Amino acid sequence: MSAELLEGSEAIARAMVSAGCRFFAGYPMTPFTEVLEGMAKLMPDAGGDCVNAESELEAIGMAWGAAAAGARAATGSVGQGLSLMQESIAELCFARVPMVVLNMARGQGDYYQATRGGGHGDYRTIVLAPVDLAEAVRLVQLAFYLADKFRNPVMFMGDYYLAHVFEAVDTGAVDFGALPRKDWALDGSSSGTGNARIVSSIMPTKRNAPVYVDYGTYLETSGEKIAVMERQMEPMYEQGSCEDADCVIVAYGTPARIVRYVVGQLRAEGLRVGFFRPVTLWPFPSAQLVAATRSARGIGVYELNAGQMIDDVRLAVRDRNAISIGGLSFDSSGFGIAPELTPRKVAMRIRKFMAESGQGPGA
Amino acid sequence: MKCYVPTDAPPLEPARLVDDFAPPLILPGAHKLCAGCGEPAAMRAVVEMIEAMGFTNRTVGVFGIGCYTSFSPGLDVEVMQALHGRAPSLATGLKRVHPNSIVFTLQGDGDMVNEGLQEVIHTAARGENVTCIMLNNGVFGETGGHMTATTVLGQRTKNSLEGRNAKKHGYPIKMAEMLAPLDGVAYVARGATNNARNIFRTRKMLRGALAAQDQRRGFSFVEILTMCPTGWFIETAEAPDYLNDKMASFHKMGVIKDAAAAPA
Repeated sequence: MSAELLEGSEAIARAMVSAGCRFFAGYPMTPFTEVLEGMAKLMPDAGGDCVNAESELEAIGMAWGAAAAGARAATGSVGQGLSLMQESIAELCFARVPMVVLNMARGQGDYYQATRGGGHGDYRTIVLAPVDLAEAVRLVQLAFYLADKFRNPVMFMGDYYLAHVFEAVDTGAVDFGALPRKDWALDGSSSGTGNARIVSSIMPTKRNAPVYVDYGTYLETSGEKIAVMERQMEPMYEQGSCEDADCVIVAYGTPARIVRYVVGQLRAEGLRVGFFRPVTLWPFPSAQLVAATRSARGIGVYELNAGQMIDDVRLAVRDRNAISIGGLSFDSSGFGIAPELTPRKVAMRIRKFMAESGQGPGA
Repeated sequence: MKCYVPTDAPPLEPARLVDDFAPPLILPGAHKLCAGCGEPAAMRAVVEMIEAMGFTNRTVGVFGIGCYTSFSPGLDVEVMQALHGRAPSLATGLKRVHPNSIVFTLQGDGDMVNEGLQEVIHTAARGENVTCIMLNNGVFGETGGHMTATTVLGQRTKNSLEGRNAKKHGYPIKMAEMLAPLDGVAYVARGATNNARNIFRTRKMLRGALAAQDQRRGFSFVEILTMCPTGWFIETAEAPDYLNDKMASFHKMGVIKDAAAAPA
């Protein structure tokens, strides 16, 4: 397949179909609606099913049933709708059901929700946050692969810009390697064989199972699974001109795209500024951030919220000070289209930060 | 009538092997529910009917949360565990991926009518080819006898101590009658497990519902009234009659709908 000029939401939908997604359910909510529309259009020809669910609770429930039946299944919403899905996301981790959850966020106020989760119990979901469409069409396919690999929900984090920007992208299938057969999936065929399968967050085995697992033991192994994901999942990141940087600016998602551009401009002016972008928000690329900021005296975190990712940055760099240089920025639509998000305004903030931390001109 | 078994001497007759009487889809071992509970008989009726209809190797059960959840590891039937109230949506997703499977949900009145009312209504209205089975004992049995949306007027529960009062607690929902008028619904019936005759009738209802699913006539629903002497705070032996007098006089038994097919 070759590159084609596509709007973000359609490109993401096409990439999901290329990844083998054959069941999608969602409840309309901008900017997730646009992806749902794309899936509704594509699924019949792909031999799959797209259901316009009656609520977010039902959307994730349907995707759960399809995923437990062995299909590659996905759902999603924006942060508000994902609030309604938190119970299921947590329970899907314990039931070990792979699923891709799209988080087409409004602004960046949902970083905590995505990386910490608002559900019950000890669980984690891998969170992938692309910066542009080229990365998005790859990461959304990787999300299906990782979900199957770890039998865990994986979150794909986009936003209004990603859903609506037009870019030339190749949405063809990406091969990430072989996966084990889903011999745990349900289709009824094992009923009556003496070894009927069970997909349950609380009763992991049948009572005649060769290795019976009780609930307490199961919860412990669920906890261990978090460590396995952290060990086996190499955190992904991007960095630019950090080697000799006095200041490193950390940002993710669409804002990182603007920050990356501005940092390039400031570099051309001779400012020793670097750029670091986490691609996996969980696991957070902590060690990589520490390495990238080794020579820096200032670490600025640009995010469009009151300061959320800065917690992960501070946990990574420990006793060194990281300063929030972003902030809330909404237009009246509420879709997170940030008036602050222009190269000129971002450059102003970075210059101010560098001046105040004694690294830039005017210091 | 009280019956005492002497325990200070060996039994007069040798013990019998109960496993010989267990249906094939129930794995050896005992259930963990209270004496006098009406749910084991309902569960048994469901799996016996699946076997009798030849659906064994294509059946998946989707379980809600309640006392009956503890049956799931004891069945030789594939089980998917749902969150409280969400079973009909999970059943929908599974059935859409495997249209030839036979999918039933098992939910209580607390699970289906309190927590997940919207799920079952929309699943019914969509005419999904699944069978939802509600075990209705009129209380939250697992939490110890609290009022649900099907608790009948006058019934005492831990949060309606003087009896359910319409002015204070509102009216109970007749689930079967509420689902029946929806166009996507092919089959609706209400049975009970308080005596052998009603269990026999309930088995016929389960046959009707599973047949509707197999013939892709749309959504099917069987409500089964079950005893919960523990949650009703009455003697075990009184529970079958209590069910008959108090519950079944409001939640009336019978086949409520058996449509050839949903309207196009």
